[in-house]
Amino acid sequence: MIITVLSGKGGTGKTTVATNLALSLENVQLLDADVEEPDACIFIKPDFADEYEIVYRLIPVVDEAKCTACRKCVDFCEYNALALMLDSILVFPEICHSCGGCARICPVGAISEKEREIGKIKWDHSKRPLEFWQGELNIGEESPVPVIEKLKEHIDPEKTVIIDAQPGTTCPAIEAAIDSDYCILVTEPTPFGLNDLRMAVEVMRETGKNFGVIINRSEDEYDGIIEEYCAREGIDILLKIPFAKEIARLYSKGISFVEELPEWKPRFQELFKKIEGLVR
Amino acid sequence: MLIGISASDNRGLDAKMDSRFGRANFFAIVDTENMEARFIENSAASADSGAGVGAAQLFADQNVAAVISGDFGPKAFIALKTAGIELYSYRGSTIREAVEAYKNGELRELGVSSNNGHAGFRQV
Ligand code: SF4
Ligand code: SF4
Repeated sequence: MIITVLSGKGGTGKTTVATNLALSLENVQLLDADVEEPDACIFIKPDFADEYEIVYRLIPVVDEAKCTACRKCVDFCEYNALALMLDSILVFPEICHSCGGCARICPVGAISEKEREIGKIKWDHSKRPLEFWQGELNIGEESPVPVIEKLKEHIDPEKTVIIDAQPGTTCPAIEAAIDSDYCILVTEPTPFGLNDLRMAVEVMRETGKNFGVIINRSEDEYDGIIEEYCAREGIDILLKIPFAKEIARLYSKGISFVEELPEWKPRFQELFKKIEGLVR
Repeated sequence: MLIGISASDNRGLDAKMDSRFGRANFFAIVDTENMEARFIENSAASADSGAGVGAAQLFADQNVAAVISGDFGPKAFIALKTAGIELYSYRGSTIREAVEAYKNGELRELGVSSNNGHAGFRQV
């Protein structure tokens, strides 16, 4: 079972949900796929033991001696990763999406591809029953997807897998969610929260994913805004995490609240059972 | 000579300048000889990335000698420099103002430092 935790924007409590859920379960993998700003490590406190796997991707290299400046590659590249300036081709590796198209279409075979390091995968298997994996995108790189793909290669089908996705509704979030059996959308009971939730719901529906909502910083007098929307749209509200001093205090110290507040582990376990039931 | 300017609309010389280079709605090409302005719509204004490089390519294709905008990203900067195009930063209200300021020598060229500190860039 693979569960991806998403949110329409950052700072809504996505990592809180992912880490607390993972820490409540047995035989579980937690994958931090928020590769631009991985922060589950703040709560998991992993020991990466200097081990990591480098993520490469292919970017074009132009042989100036062969290039005739015909411009076909520049016109082909829809990401503007190539430019023709004074008869020479400039390559902008950070925005290249490694589609390989330019090398294929160059009529004189002037483009070859070389590997470029764009990120790392790190892991800690010592925190049984939790196995922690983290993807990192190198600073300055603009395409996180290859790192997320690599991270997902480490999914163990024998385990329950929790993926902490990048906030937002763009490609990296979708890449994290696309193979999952269920998605949890984390939101807050505010107009902004609702707005971001709406966009996330749209993406879930487009990708045909099973999903439900968790309200973070829940307060009875404000939850209505999310509850009414979910009722109208027929969306399950799976759990509410209250706006409580104790939870905020633990968060600020980098402690997952399931580790200090004993009533919460059973709640997350129940949540997991509920999801199992919904997926079946 | 031709000067490229990022603009938020296309109403001739009174068009408003847009300080965002790659994400401006329009690109103006002004001929300093006769002060005639042409406009090209920026189809990449909302592009995820690469808008700056696309804009640099467009100006290079138009054979402009200089580009005036508010902010240039690092990639656009390199692309324009490689093409030997001069870059000027200016935050004016209209493109007319920008061109006048250029003509009067009030603008300082970007990337031309007295200590030759931009290794790798062709000096123009
Ligand atoms: S397609 Fe090949 S030959 Fe044409 S400009 Fe690009 S690299 Fe040069
Ligand atoms: S590999 Fe694809 S994205 Fe990269 S420069 Fe070539 S055409 Fe553009």
